[in-house]
Amino acid sequence: MTGRSKVLIVAAALVALAAVIPHTNSFVILLVTRALVLAILAMSLDLLLGFTGLPSLGQAAYLGVGAYLTAILATKYQFGLGLDFWLVVVLGIALGAATAAFFGLFAIRAGGVYFLMITLALGQCVWGLAYRWNSLTGGDNGLNLPGRPEFGIKLADDITYFYLVLGFFVASLLSLYVLVRSPFGRSLEGIREREVRMRILGYNTSLHKYIAFVIAGGFGGLAGVLWAHANGHVSPEDVVLTTSVDALLMVVLGGSGTLVGGAIGAGVVLFLREYLSTLVPWWQYVLGGVYVLIILYLPGGLMSIPARLRQWLTPAARPKQELGLRATAEA
Amino acid sequence: MTAKLIRRAMLLASCLAFGMQLAVPQDVAAEELRIGFIAPMTGPFAQVGKDMVNGFEMYTEEAKNDFAGASIKFILEDDQAKPPTSVLKAEKLIRQDKVHMLIGGVLASTGYALAPVSTREKVVYLPSVPAADDLTQRESAKYPYIVRTGWTSSQPSHPFGEWACEQGYKKIVTVAADYAFGHEVVGGFQKAFEDCGGKIIQKIWPPLNTIDYGPYIPTIKQDADAILSLMVGQMALQFPKQLAAAGNKKPVIGGGTSYDEFALPSMGDEVIGHVSALQYSAALDTPKNAAFVKKYREKYGKVPSYFSETNYTTAQMIHEVMKKTGGKWPGSDEFVKQMASLKLDTPRGPVSFDEFRNPIQNIYIKKVEKKKMFGYDKDELWNTVIKTYTNVGQFGKYGKDEFLKQPVYSRDFPPCKYCE
Repeated sequence: MTGRSKVLIVAAALVALAAVIPHTNSFVILLVTRALVLAILAMSLDLLLGFTGLPSLGQAAYLGVGAYLTAILATKYQFGLGLDFWLVVVLGIALGAATAAFFGLFAIRAGGVYFLMITLALGQCVWGLAYRWNSLTGGDNGLNLPGRPEFGIKLADDITYFYLVLGFFVASLLSLYVLVRSPFGRSLEGIREREVRMRILGYNTSLHKYIAFVIAGGFGGLAGVLWAHANGHVSPEDVVLTTSVDALLMVVLGGSGTLVGGAIGAGVVLFLREYLSTLVPWWQYVLGGVYVLIILYLPGGLMSIPARLRQWLTPAARPKQELGLRATAEA
Repeated sequence: MTAKLIRRAMLLASCLAFGMQLAVPQDVAAEELRIGFIAPMTGPFAQVGKDMVNGFEMYTEEAKNDFAGASIKFILEDDQAKPPTSVLKAEKLIRQDKVHMLIGGVLASTGYALAPVSTREKVVYLPSVPAADDLTQRESAKYPYIVRTGWTSSQPSHPFGEWACEQGYKKIVTVAADYAFGHEVVGGFQKAFEDCGGKIIQKIWPPLNTIDYGPYIPTIKQDADAILSLMVGQMALQFPKQLAAAGNKKPVIGGGTSYDEFALPSMGDEVIGHVSALQYSAALDTPKNAAFVKKYREKYGKVPSYFSETNYTTAQMIHEVMKKTGGKWPGSDEFVKQMASLKLDTPRGPVSFDEFRNPIQNIYIKKVEKKKMFGYDKDELWNTVIKTYTNVGQFGKYGKDEFLKQPVYSRDFPPCKYCE
């Protein structure tokens, strides 16, 4: 399948989403809005995990700083409830990126499991701040936002807000897509495959990883701003380790290194957890089962299903494919 | 290529159709009272959630699911005691199930998170357990659809502080779960205790759901006359055990949840003699409570906790309002008004409401004893009531205006003047 038809499919799916969702019930709209916000977070993580090969366990931290920034500005200074909402979006991205720039100083030095551990620890620092800094963050109670921004259009309307989030999602998807296809994105993939070789070729791999880390933080911050207004409430529970793990699972579930996979993963996880849990009490087994099955039988995630199907339907193509895989593994 | 595209489009369409089917709103039957109940069914607070549901369902079953002609549709959602999840589940109950009211939540933080949802969606919210003070104090005006059927965190603490003075305690160390509920229970106690001459000399704040108190117990100051603990959920089991193992000889007193009946049967003899304060005790020796305890125990195999009682009583209150309206849903505003004017006799004793829609009720000082009660033939741990403060409001002996002028109790308020 060509790259162009993939783009077409994604575009068609997004148009369908935009057309269908407003006609579903208001709870589904709410869920899809949240799924889209988490999809931005998952895609930001995919830039690290899927393209650069950096498994971060602290992505919730950037969601957290974005969300808390929004909530603190709104509750303490009534800022960001009109047109200045757009300024908050910019600030949220900037703060997410700045936090990542700071954390990156420590994290980028490490690789593999150590990177996992250090991002986990840094993420927990943000949780600790949210939980203990009562005067600013409201501690365990969290912060209730006074309402969604209003600037000519009322974001309080759930459908309007859904379109806004969808817009941000599309913009994030596009910019990340352009990014990963740029020479810079290719260099990240090179780092993922074989960092030493990239260094020998003359790339400053640490700097490239650092930049990717900061960009991912920026998108995390954006997700945070949208998350705060989607829920109307920010709590330390939003910043806990589970959120970071969820983001990681979303990416792996959907297929890492595909961007769209993270979004699909976000949709599936949120649907299973928040919708299925309202229908059956044993939803956790379903969620666990799905994780295990996908990791066992679809290591490439849901996005690898079409390729798998093709492989299965045309057995002749198989040896060639496997040969190709081995070649990349040896490289 | 095109065939592939069409195939994909069809797949997508069928997925969406499936989603829409799930999303079709249900028909709304007449004379049906839809009650959305939010409680943790999984996670560290699952046992508490179970007690809450049991209490509520016991009443609806007694009423044969018929509240003065309205049939009850009880919809339970698991929030895992996480406020963001509680909010989402509340939205689901309101938007999809079109419930008339929300009940429940466990933590104070859950209460603070659900309250704005109730205001935004104009849906009645009855916090049967969340005791966050400000829901019915400084922020009460923001939440016109709240009637609290439980208590405020600091409500039992005010009389309890006075009681501690009467015992001759001069210096007390507090060890309390580090979140709003803990801050408020300790804050109320500190205010009352220091106003009658006592001194809080140290405040220790282990995080919520702490299991190992090794780092905290050795730091307790040795010149204290007593230790005040405020534990919730599984913390309640661990703290007294580890305190006893560390060789503590000081008297231990505690907030209501430290010795509540949901945990008491699992505790060891080390808690005998510990004293706590709450608006309910399963060992309350009134005919009404005796009948409640016996029936509950027969049905669910354990003694009711305050979590069970408060939800049983909440169901009773809803029933009383529905009796007045002849089984018709009167609308959120009228329901709140009717409910706030109720005066009821409940298992916990007489309950009425103040102008902030918070219960005025008895506060019981309770001592853990091992004895036989209600004709059960085994020696068990019971919260024997040793003193009753009747008709205590949320401001205790303090004037409403004077009280509301001070900030809400927090980790830093009242300031710890005697801590070093």
